[in-house]
Amino acid sequence: MTGPIVQTQAVRKSFGTNEILKGISLSVEPGEVICIIGPSGSGKTTLLRCLNQLEKIDSGRIHVNGELLGYIEQPDGSLMERSYESLRQQRQRIGMVFQRFNLFPHMTALENVVEGPWRIKKQGKAAATAVATELLAKVGLSERENHYPGQLSGGQQQRVAIARALAMEPSLMLFDEPTSALDPELVGEVLTVMKRLAQTGMTMVVVTHEMEFAKTVADRVIFMADGVIVEQGTPQEVLQNPVHQRTRDFLSRVA
Amino acid sequence: MMVSSPASREATLIQEEVIPLNARKRPSWGRLAGGIAALVFAVWVAYTLFMAPNIHWDIVVDFFLDGPVLEGLGVTIALSVISMVAGVLIGLLVAVMQLSPNKVMRYVAGAYSWFFRGTPLLVQLLFWFNLGIIFPRLELGIPFGGPKLFGVEASIITPFIAGLLGLAINEGAYMSQIIRAGILAVDPGQREAAEAMGMPRRNIMLRVVLPQAMRIILPPTGNQFISMLKTTSLVSIIAGADLLTVVQRIYLGNFEVISMLIVASIWYLLLTTIATIGQYFLEKRYSKGFDASITVKSKVIKNLALPGQRKKTTP
Repeated sequence: MTGPIVQTQAVRKSFGTNEILKGISLSVEPGEVICIIGPSGSGKTTLLRCLNQLEKIDSGRIHVNGELLGYIEQPDGSLMERSYESLRQQRQRIGMVFQRFNLFPHMTALENVVEGPWRIKKQGKAAATAVATELLAKVGLSERENHYPGQLSGGQQQRVAIARALAMEPSLMLFDEPTSALDPELVGEVLTVMKRLAQTGMTMVVVTHEMEFAKTVADRVIFMADGVIVEQGTPQEVLQNPVHQRTRDFLSRVA
Repeated sequence: MMVSSPASREATLIQEEVIPLNARKRPSWGRLAGGIAALVFAVWVAYTLFMAPNIHWDIVVDFFLDGPVLEGLGVTIALSVISMVAGVLIGLLVAVMQLSPNKVMRYVAGAYSWFFRGTPLLVQLLFWFNLGIIFPRLELGIPFGGPKLFGVEASIITPFIAGLLGLAINEGAYMSQIIRAGILAVDPGQREAAEAMGMPRRNIMLRVVLPQAMRIILPPTGNQFISMLKTTSLVSIIAGADLLTVVQRIYLGNFEVISMLIVASIWYLLLTTIATIGQYFLEKRYSKGFDASITVKSKVIKNLALPGQRKKTTP
């Protein structure tokens, strides 16, 4: 694909009178890994949730895979909301990994991963199972296929969640603080899977507090505060030589 | 200052010796006395009932498998099962309407619950039975005076149909509240995860939300069904031909009021016992994934145990 995978223009979003996003313009190139860092309340999670329309934006434009997300441009230039059916076609190409995993607790690890290719992409159960088995092997959980989420550790659950998202063959993966709900000793296994995924050329937008991950894996780091992008650049630039005082303050606090 | 060697530090961490507790259980005289009192009372009640001169146990035995009694039992079972199934379906529809973003749907659903939970079931049954007084002919067609496509005389409202209408529509009102609570109890993150995958709305409801809501919905639904088995006896007021109607007809002939009521009571007890067992297995089925300790083997063993026995092992 030519052109960026994600392009946002002047995205604004308020909850009540509280403006969370104050005009975010951002583009993500194919294969790029972007880490968004920033203090809590800076709007980074909200931005991520806007990128697959889990939150509706108040103004601006979001294009994903070259298509306007959530709306259809009419011949007269006005916008019409997409039907749920049309929106879900767009969402199928955007994988999302949540802070709290959100696996389906009544399904085994395998059933969680099979659900998408089987019931949504209609690949047939055998083909879907083959896809799921391979993905669970890739995240190192072949032995846990028949375990329910409640029988897995947090790190294992998050790896299943990554496999579940990948089973839809997305062109973009969104990670919403994927390691924040994990015990410290389980963070590494999830980051390893994400690092390997980055090496395969997957386009990734990762909201994270893991500075080491941002430093070693990200192509670009974005620092957000108070609903705006304060600065962005290579990990070296943003993490080692931040230009803005706000960035310096934040980094000195998390270091 | 002395630093202990790694070996001695380990020794203090691991204590190989086993010190058995072997403590005697403290006797509880009060509990023992209470138990004996309860036992004596239970035996006394049973004895009194069994020896009561006006309860003719031979009559109870004679009529227990009597043809009309079994027919009445059949009607009771049919009324209960059909009304419950219809009630659950109505309840599901109304619950979804009440949770809909559409205001009109919410109000209509709310008004339905309000009306049918707010008037006595007995009144509703009498109303359905006497529907012919308001509408001698029941017609289906274009509303507000348009042409009629289909019509029947109100006489098709037999006591059985009136019973079904009354019980099912009333049950739907209660079930809608139970199902709504169940749906609301499912973590919103589940719906979000499903939406983010691009799951169709239908699947979100049927494959993600409802299977999880079932865990919340089932216990009160089992309760409703057990209650329904006995509530059907209200249709005796409209000559519903159910178990109670039948035994009433019999005792009006043979004057064995108490014996016949005992026949009916034993059947009601049997039905509720079977329903309770069924409920237990249904609940097990929908606890999939929520009991982390369950392995396939322990699942089988647990399923074999009766509810009462199981309670002891998992307090």
